[in-house]
Amino acid sequence: MCFGFFVVFRQCQSPELVGFLLLFVVNGMDRVLTDEMVSEIKALFARYPTKQAVTLPALHLVHRELRQVPLEAVVEIAELLELAPAQVQDTLTFYGFFHQGKPHGQTRAWVCRSISCHLRGADNLLEHLCDRAGIQPGQTTEDGKLTVEFAECLGACDFAPCMLAGEKLHPCLTKESIEDFVESLG
Amino acid sequence: MSSVQLVLDGHTIEMPTGTTIWEAAQRSGIEIPSLCHQPDVTPVGVCRMCVVDVGERVLAASCVRACEAGMEVETNSDRVRAHRRKLLELLLREHPLPCDREQTTADCELEALGRAYGLLAKDATVVVESALPGHSVSESIRRPTDLSSPVIAVDHQACIMCDRCIRACDEVQSNEVIGRTGKGFAAQIAFDLDAPMGSSTCVACGQCAAACPTGALTDRVVTLPLAPRDQLTPVDSVCPYCGVGCAVTFHTAPTAPSPAPPPHQPRLTAEDSHCDPPPQIVFAEGRTSPVNQGRLCVKGRYGWDYATHSQRLTQPLIRREDAYPKGPLSSEVAGSTESRRRKPGGIVDYDEVLPAFREATWEEALDLVANRLLAIRSEYGSPALAGFGSAKCSNEEAYLFQKLIRAGLGTNNVDHCTRLCHASSVAALMETIGSGAVTNVFADVARSDVALVTGSNTTANHPVAATFIKQAAKRGTKLIVVDVRSHPLTDFADHFVRIRPGTDVAFYNALMHVLIREDLVDADFINARTEGFDGLREMVLENYAPHQVASVCGVPVAEIEHVARTIGTAGSMLVFWGMGISQHTTGTDNARCLISLCLMTGNIGRPGTGLHPLRGQNNVQGASDAGLIPMVYPDYQAVTDGAVRDRFSHAWGKPLDDQPGLTVVEIMQAALAREIRGMYILGENPFISDPNLNKVRQALSRLDFLVVQDIFLTETAEFADVIFPASSYLEKTGTYTNTDRRVQLGRAVLQTPGAAREDWLILCDLGRRLGLSMDYATVADVFQEFASLTQNYQTLSHDNLGETGKLWPCPNPATDDGTPILFTEAFPTASGRGAFVPCHYQPAEELPDREFPFVLNTGRVLEHWHTGSMTRRSSALSQLEPAAFAAIHPSDLEVLDITSGDRVRISSRRGEIELAARADRTIEPGSVFIPFHFREAAANVLTNDALDPYGKIPEFKFCAVQIAPCN
Repeated sequence: MCFGFFVVFRQCQSPELVGFLLLFVVNGMDRVLTDEMVSEIKALFARYPTKQAVTLPALHLVHRELRQVPLEAVVEIAELLELAPAQVQDTLTFYGFFHQGKPHGQTRAWVCRSISCHLRGADNLLEHLCDRAGIQPGQTTEDGKLTVEFAECLGACDFAPCMLAGEKLHPCLTKESIEDFVESLG
Repeated sequence: MSSVQLVLDGHTIEMPTGTTIWEAAQRSGIEIPSLCHQPDVTPVGVCRMCVVDVGERVLAASCVRACEAGMEVETNSDRVRAHRRKLLELLLREHPLPCDREQTTADCELEALGRAYGLLAKDATVVVESALPGHSVSESIRRPTDLSSPVIAVDHQACIMCDRCIRACDEVQSNEVIGRTGKGFAAQIAFDLDAPMGSSTCVACGQCAAACPTGALTDRVVTLPLAPRDQLTPVDSVCPYCGVGCAVTFHTAPTAPSPAPPPHQPRLTAEDSHCDPPPQIVFAEGRTSPVNQGRLCVKGRYGWDYATHSQRLTQPLIRREDAYPKGPLSSEVAGSTESRRRKPGGIVDYDEVLPAFREATWEEALDLVANRLLAIRSEYGSPALAGFGSAKCSNEEAYLFQKLIRAGLGTNNVDHCTRLCHASSVAALMETIGSGAVTNVFADVARSDVALVTGSNTTANHPVAATFIKQAAKRGTKLIVVDVRSHPLTDFADHFVRIRPGTDVAFYNALMHVLIREDLVDADFINARTEGFDGLREMVLENYAPHQVASVCGVPVAEIEHVARTIGTAGSMLVFWGMGISQHTTGTDNARCLISLCLMTGNIGRPGTGLHPLRGQNNVQGASDAGLIPMVYPDYQAVTDGAVRDRFSHAWGKPLDDQPGLTVVEIMQAALAREIRGMYILGENPFISDPNLNKVRQALSRLDFLVVQDIFLTETAEFADVIFPASSYLEKTGTYTNTDRRVQLGRAVLQTPGAAREDWLILCDLGRRLGLSMDYATVADVFQEFASLTQNYQTLSHDNLGETGKLWPCPNPATDDGTPILFTEAFPTASGRGAFVPCHYQPAEELPDREFPFVLNTGRVLEHWHTGSMTRRSSALSQLEPAAFAAIHPSDLEVLDITSGDRVRISSRRGEIELAARADRTIEPGSVFIPFHFREAAANVLTNDALDPYGKIPEFKFCAVQIAPCN
C-alpha cells in the first residue's frame, strides 16, 4: 500500500495528515504495531476463511494493547490483511467501541442505560459517576485513569442497574458502590 | 443449462437458473427502478428501490433475488409503488434540491424518480408540497462539500449511501480508495482514512462520478459549464492518449465567439474564421466497447482541453531573418542555468519564442518548404533528408507521411517514436515469430492462469488495461510482477520479484533453466511449433542455474525456482511488457527471452496465453503498420525486397530508395555530423523525447532546414525554419490501431482553430509540390489506398469499422469483430515455426561508479503524456502533477541529507538538471526515477544515447547519475 501513501503525501493539504504521513513515509520504520501484535494477528489467519475476516479480531487486539486504534495502526493492519486502509477504517468507524485519535482511560466504565437499568435509576447513577469523576459521558479524566461511557445494554438485566468496568461487571449499582468504585481507582 | 419458469407481471417467462428478477425484467422489457444496482458490478440490494412483490410477507429486492420456479412476481403493484414512494420520500427529505447533478447534466436519478412518483413537480426541481411537506436542508445538519479534487466535486448531503462509487472504485477500477465512515446518521462515504478526496490516494479516474446516481460525486468544470445532456452534441470517438484506445463519447456545446487573441497570438484571417461559434467539449465519458467496457482514466476523462488552449498555433510561421543563426529560443531549451524560470505548469513562454517567427500564408510556407527540401535533395542527395512521423497521428497520416518522404524526397530515412519505445520488442518478435503485433488482446488476461507483467508500470501508463489485469488477479489469475519498482500493480501480485535494473536476461534465463531442469516445458509444442530449442537449452542449462544468477539480479534462488514452477505448472500464461524491457541496450535480448519463455511453455496461440507488448502511444501499432519505419513499407514489407519495391514504386509513381533508412537516434547523430541537412518533423518533439538532449540541441541547430508540423510551438519547433499549424487529434477523422490491433475510427469533435489545417491536407498539399499525386477526396480514400497495399488491412474501410472498430486481420468485417488470438496453427515465418534465440546476459552500457553512484530510470506518470505538450496544457492534469520531480528512496535521501521537497541537482556524464526530490518507497535504494515530461528539468538531458544493436532503441532505463542538494 506504500504507493498510496506516496501519492497522499505529495498531495497532502491537511496539516495533521501531513504529520501522520510524514511519520509513515519518512520514518517508515517507526511502526505502531509491535512485533508481538503482528505475530498475534498473523496467528489468527488460520482461524478464519479469509484475511479480511481477521479485521475485527485484529482491531480488538490492537485496541486492547493501545486503548485505541490510531490511523497509523489502521494502515498497518490493512497491510497485514492485504486490504485497502479505507476498508479497515470503514469497519472500525461502524463500531462505537473503538477509540481513535486518543486512548481511553486506564479503566473504561460503561453504565448501562437500557430499559431495565433505566427503570431502576441508571440515569441518576451515570450522572453521579460523571460528577464524581468531573467529566461528561464519553470523556476521560485528566489523569487518564477513567473513561465513562454509557452502554445500550450489557446483557445483565437481572442485575440492573449495572456497570461494566474493564472486564468486571458491577451488578445492582448504587451511589455507594459507585463511591467504592471511584475510590478503588486511587 | 437448467432454467426456471415464472410469471412476471402476468407473463409466463423462462430464465436460466440463477438469473435475478431484475435481470429477467430487463430481458423482458420491464424497467425496474434502482438506485444502487448497476449491471457491471456485484448487486448489493441496499437501496430497496428495486423491490418487487413475490407473494411473500415482505417485498424482495429484485437485484439480488434469483428467479424461482413457479414464482409470481409483481413489479409495479400498488403495494410496490407505495413502498417505493415512501422510500423516495425519506431519501428526498434531506436531498439538496436541485443537487449538483441535476443542476449540471440534469440526470439525477433520485430526482427523476421523485418526479415519476409525484413527489417532485414534473417540470422543475421543486417539491410537491402536499407530497413532501416541509422539505428543507437546514444548515445545521447540512453535510460538507469537498472540492479538494480538481476534477471531482463531492457533496455528502446528496449522497444516498448506495455503494455505487465504492463498487466502481473497488470492483471496476480496483483502486480501493472509497469506503464508508461512521454509522447511522453519521455514516458517509470516505476516501482512504476519511481524507479530503484531493489528498487521498484517489487517481481521479472519475469512475465514481460516472457511477453516482445523484449529485454526491460529479465532474467539475474543465472548459464550459456542464449542461444537460440533451442540450449537448455527443460525438463517439477514441481517447487520444495511450495505446489502450478507450472508446469515448465527447459531449460538446457551441462556444461563445472567441475574444480577440492575445497580442502575440497569430491572428485569424477573415476567410478562415468560422461563422458559427466553434464547438467545445463539455465533458467526456467512457463508451461501451470490448476495449474499455466504459472505463476511462484521468487523462481520457478530464485531459482533452489542451486542444483549445490559447497557445494553439493558428497560422503558418516562418523564421525571421534576424533569428539566424538558428538555435534554441527559450531559456529552458537553451539549457541556461541562470534564467531558468519555473513557471507553474512549465509551458513555453510565447513571449520568448514567437518574436523569432513571422506569420505567413499557407502558399508561401508550403512553397518555401518544398523548394528548400528539393534544393537540399539536389545539392546533397536524398540521404541528406529525413522525416519523423508520429504515433499520435492517424494511420492515414502515417501512411501519407512515409509516402511523402519515400516517394517525394526519395529516402527511407523515415521513422517515428516507436523507435524509442518498442523497436526492440518488434525486432525480437519479427525475428522469432515473424510478426511484431500482440498475439492476444489484453482483456484475454481474464482467461489466464498466470499473468506475467514485467517492465511495465501499467497503472500509470496503461491505466485502463491495468484495471483488467487487477480484476483478473482478484478473480484467481496468479499475477507475477517482475520489476525494479514496486508500482501499484504489485499490490495485486501473487509474486512480486524485484530485480536489479538491467538484469532481465539473466533472470529469465534462470527461469528457463529451472523449467528445463524440472521438465516443466511443453515438449509437444516445442516439437511441433518451434525450432532452435537445443541451442537455448544447452546455453541456459550450462550458464544460468539460479545460484549462478541470484547475486546478479538480486533474487534469491528459492524465489526464482518458485516463480519458474508457478509458470511451468500453469495451464496458460499471458506476458505483458513495457519500456522496462525494451528501453535497454539489451532490449531485443530482453524481449527474446520473454518470447522463448512463452514458446517453451507452449503459451502462444491459445486463449489466455500469448505475448502482449503494451503499446505506448494511441497509434504506435498503426504507425508501424503504415510503414513509418526506415526498413519497411506498410505492413512490414522490406524496402530491400525488389518485388515489393517495384509494387510500391508502381503504386506511388516514383522510383524508390533500395537502402533501409536511418532510425531516430541515428538521424540525430547524422544531423550532428551534417550528413542529414533537412528534416520534416510531424507531431514529434525530439528535443524532449530523445536521449542526450545536449547533443540533440546541437544536432537540431545544425540542420540547414527544419520544418515542424505541430499544434503548439514545441521545444523542437524552436529550431524550425517553418512551422505548420496542424490539427489536434480532436479535430480530425482518421483511424488508429490500438495495442490489441483494433483499428478504430476517431471522429472530429472540434474545429481546427484559425488557419490551422488537418494534417492529411497539409501532407497532400506539400506532396503535390514535391511532384506526387496526392489527390484524395476524403481521408477515407487515403485509408483505402493504404489498405490496398497491405494484407492485414485489406478488408477494412472507414465504412465497415463499426462503432468499436475491428481487430486486424479481419476477414469478414461485416459479421466479425476480427482476430483476438493470432498464430493458433502456425507462425508467419519461413518455416512456420517460432524460433528460439538464446541470449547471454550483458550489463548495461554505463554502470554506476564512485563519481556517478545512482542508477537513473526514466518514464511517465499517470497524469502526463510524453513531452507534456498536451497534458501540461490540460488544466486538470497540470494541477494534479504540476512540476518535475525526482523520486528517491527515503534511505538515500537521509544519507544525502536531503528532505523530501528540497531541490536537488542530478547530473550524468552528459548534463545536469535541477528539480525537487520526492521521497518514494517504491524506488529501490541506489536508484532514482525521473519522469521525462518536464521541459524545465528534462530527464533526457541525462540519459544515455547508447543503442540496442538490433532495435536501435536508446537506453532510457539505465544510466549512472549523481545527486547533490542545491544550495
